[in-house]
Amino acid sequence: MSITADITLPPRNYEILPKGISNPEAAGDLLEVAMGPHHPSTHGVFRMDVVLDGERVVKLKPVFGYLHRNHEKIGENTSYLGSMPYTDRLDYFCSLTNNWAYALAVEKLAGLQVPERAEYIRIITAELTRLQNHVSLVGFLLQDMGALGTPLMYAFREREKILDLFESLTGARMMCNYMRFGGCRVDLPEGWLEQAARVVAEFPRFVDEFERLIGGNEILMARTQGVGILPKALAINTGVTGPMLRASGVNYDIRKVDKYGIYDRFSFRVPLGEHGDVYDRYMIRILEIRESLKILEPALRDIPKGPIIDPKAKLRGFRPKIGEAYGRIEAPKGELGFYLISDGSPNPYRYRVRPPSFINLTILEDMCLGQLVADVVIILGSVDIVLGEVDR
Amino acid sequence: MDEGLRSELSKQGIFTTSIEDLYNWGRKNSVWPLQFGLACCAIEMIATSMARYDLARFGAEVFRPSPRQADLMIVAGTVTKKMAPQVVRLYNQMPEPKYVIAMGACAISGGPFKQGYNVLKGIDRYIPVDVHIPGCPPRPEALLHAFMTLQEKIGKQSLTNQDRPRHLDPAAASEFPVPHFGEHDLEPSSNPDLWRPPSLVRAD
Amino acid sequence: METLEQIKVRTEAAIAGALLEIIPNDSPSGQRSLLVDPAHAAAVAAFFRDDPQLRLDYASNVTGVDWLDTVLKEKVKVKKLIEGVEKEVEEVVERKRAGYLEAVYHLYSMELKHGPVILRMRTANRSDNVRLPSLTPVWRGCEFQEREIFDLYGIIFDGHPDLRRILMWDGFLDHPMRKDYVEPDDYEYEPTPHDEVLEKMKEHYGQKAGQ
Repeated sequence: MSITADITLPPRNYEILPKGISNPEAAGDLLEVAMGPHHPSTHGVFRMDVVLDGERVVKLKPVFGYLHRNHEKIGENTSYLGSMPYTDRLDYFCSLTNNWAYALAVEKLAGLQVPERAEYIRIITAELTRLQNHVSLVGFLLQDMGALGTPLMYAFREREKILDLFESLTGARMMCNYMRFGGCRVDLPEGWLEQAARVVAEFPRFVDEFERLIGGNEILMARTQGVGILPKALAINTGVTGPMLRASGVNYDIRKVDKYGIYDRFSFRVPLGEHGDVYDRYMIRILEIRESLKILEPALRDIPKGPIIDPKAKLRGFRPKIGEAYGRIEAPKGELGFYLISDGSPNPYRYRVRPPSFINLTILEDMCLGQLVADVVIILGSVDIVLGEVDR
Repeated sequence: MDEGLRSELSKQGIFTTSIEDLYNWGRKNSVWPLQFGLACCAIEMIATSMARYDLARFGAEVFRPSPRQADLMIVAGTVTKKMAPQVVRLYNQMPEPKYVIAMGACAISGGPFKQGYNVLKGIDRYIPVDVHIPGCPPRPEALLHAFMTLQEKIGKQSLTNQDRPRHLDPAAASEFPVPHFGEHDLEPSSNPDLWRPPSLVRAD
Repeated sequence: METLEQIKVRTEAAIAGALLEIIPNDSPSGQRSLLVDPAHAAAVAAFFRDDPQLRLDYASNVTGVDWLDTVLKEKVKVKKLIEGVEKEVEEVVERKRAGYLEAVYHLYSMELKHGPVILRMRTANRSDNVRLPSLTPVWRGCEFQEREIFDLYGIIFDGHPDLRRILMWDGFLDHPMRKDYVEPDDYEYEPTPHDEVLEKMKEHYGQKAGQ
């Protein structure tokens, strides 16, 4: 029996179309539309209850939970290592960065050190993940705008090359399950570095081609400039992170702030936007692709030889001391953090994922108020959500 | 009609076939899927329809957004209990003939998330499934293989016999009851006409 | 950034009646946290956000934790009489601790680029006294996360603008992430059941076919 059945809850503001209002004429002008959970845009099973006055949005409430797979409860019943494949399925585009965030949190909890070669491999795979995520996102954004597949085809062509690299390294295209606590699972196969260097060397030409294809397009510019503006102070207060935050002009990139891994050895810039609209978010992602290439080229060149896992790390019978830790990284979508409470047993006592897409969605309503309903789809596309992460 | 006569006639420019073959050939080479991706398997489905593993060459060029215009529902990803009524509603809205491919371990049986209070342990509890594809996620080649299996299945359907497909049999049901949200679980938790939990009693 | 002790002293000086307690953390991560009582939590949060040295303007993560009723065993040195000689002996003393629900906030600063400062709030018990103040008026980012804690744990946040279920459907009655949640019986077939799965399977099929 639920507690809340007997106790009075605080008042809700959710009655979308107020019932029993004084002026019934006004109620007749408002139209309530449920966009989703099945809809042509490819972001997953996500529903928005939108109240429209003509074509302008008056109120918007996101509804999710259609992909809630109780990842956290499974985490409490599985050992630390057993949860690693489940982290792949959180943000299913970027499985390697999810793995890294979880491994980082456990390494903080247990006090493990990562050898240098493993750090280089982690950075290389994370930046490759960032490349393919940003490029796919731009493809999806343009498909939502009506470009119906062509930019997406270009984006996926490059993504397939990167997925080939992941497959030869980890054995799987998408669900890599590659990081371990204290390092990586398996060493780079022969010829992998050369193949990766080839892919990275061809990428700038592809980004140029992509930008020439869509960058100056007048439909893109007309539909995205001035749409969905997110002011700086609101972005900070709402806990928005990632490219969406930097498009509003806030200089906060966890790679530079926390300096986890060996990111402080690489010199890369953090692009910032001025207006905070959809066009800025799109441009930030293109610029971040170029900055990631600046990290990848020296990393592929300078990677040292050595062990790939901490010799003291125990894979079986892993019982960290009683305590808690919060580890976070700059995932392609924002700040991905894992909060673990250990009680000395092989399973965590509390296993919590801090999902960037979930928290970035808090501000969706404020960005969409007063915009046309067609812009809602584009604004949602620029927030870059993945439902596996939002619902866990 | 034996093969000798058939090849003789075809050399003269007369091609013979049966209505059944023609009908099935037309149907199986233009199956239009419903764009219905739920989770990670949806990305592999999109990758299958992209340039490298092209699904369009099998006739599945257009992914229709509306269920009224689609023939095939590829349930790609975990079906949760919150989403299950919508899946069944979409299935009911598709016109006959309709097929379902359950892609990935989650759609077949709940997959890695089986111990879940919100996970439906397999979409075949509520709607009939034609092809199951194992994998987590299945490779694009696996989805192509499943597509070809579905095409073979459609090709073998006879028009008039006992085992004729559902859409030619007026007595068969083509819409299934939609579950609704209960207090702790969906009600009903499965459709007894379609799915029964296997018994423990062994045949021997 | 200043240490937790300095933060505690300054906060208790600035806000009358606030009592902060530092919760230790023995693991190598060393992330200790501040326990604040629910009555002053909103004032403490506003102080953390606006104080020029702290400027914790970014609430990164809000977590709910469920602690069941447990029995804590403590080793206490007790003077006892053994064979006529008074000695100090270590004895294990058992203390019952009532269960509670907890909300943990991880706070960072985007302006000064430091952190984390971890804030905790505990409810009195798990059954009927489960209200905590909402920090959404201070940090908007807590909005969805507090709704999720309400949905999955059952903590009611006073002052939250829109408290309703977010991940489960509206008619759902339980709070699934609690440790004593019992899953509904929609059992699925396992080819090689063992241990507790075998028990569950036998219970589910029951005495139906007499197996």
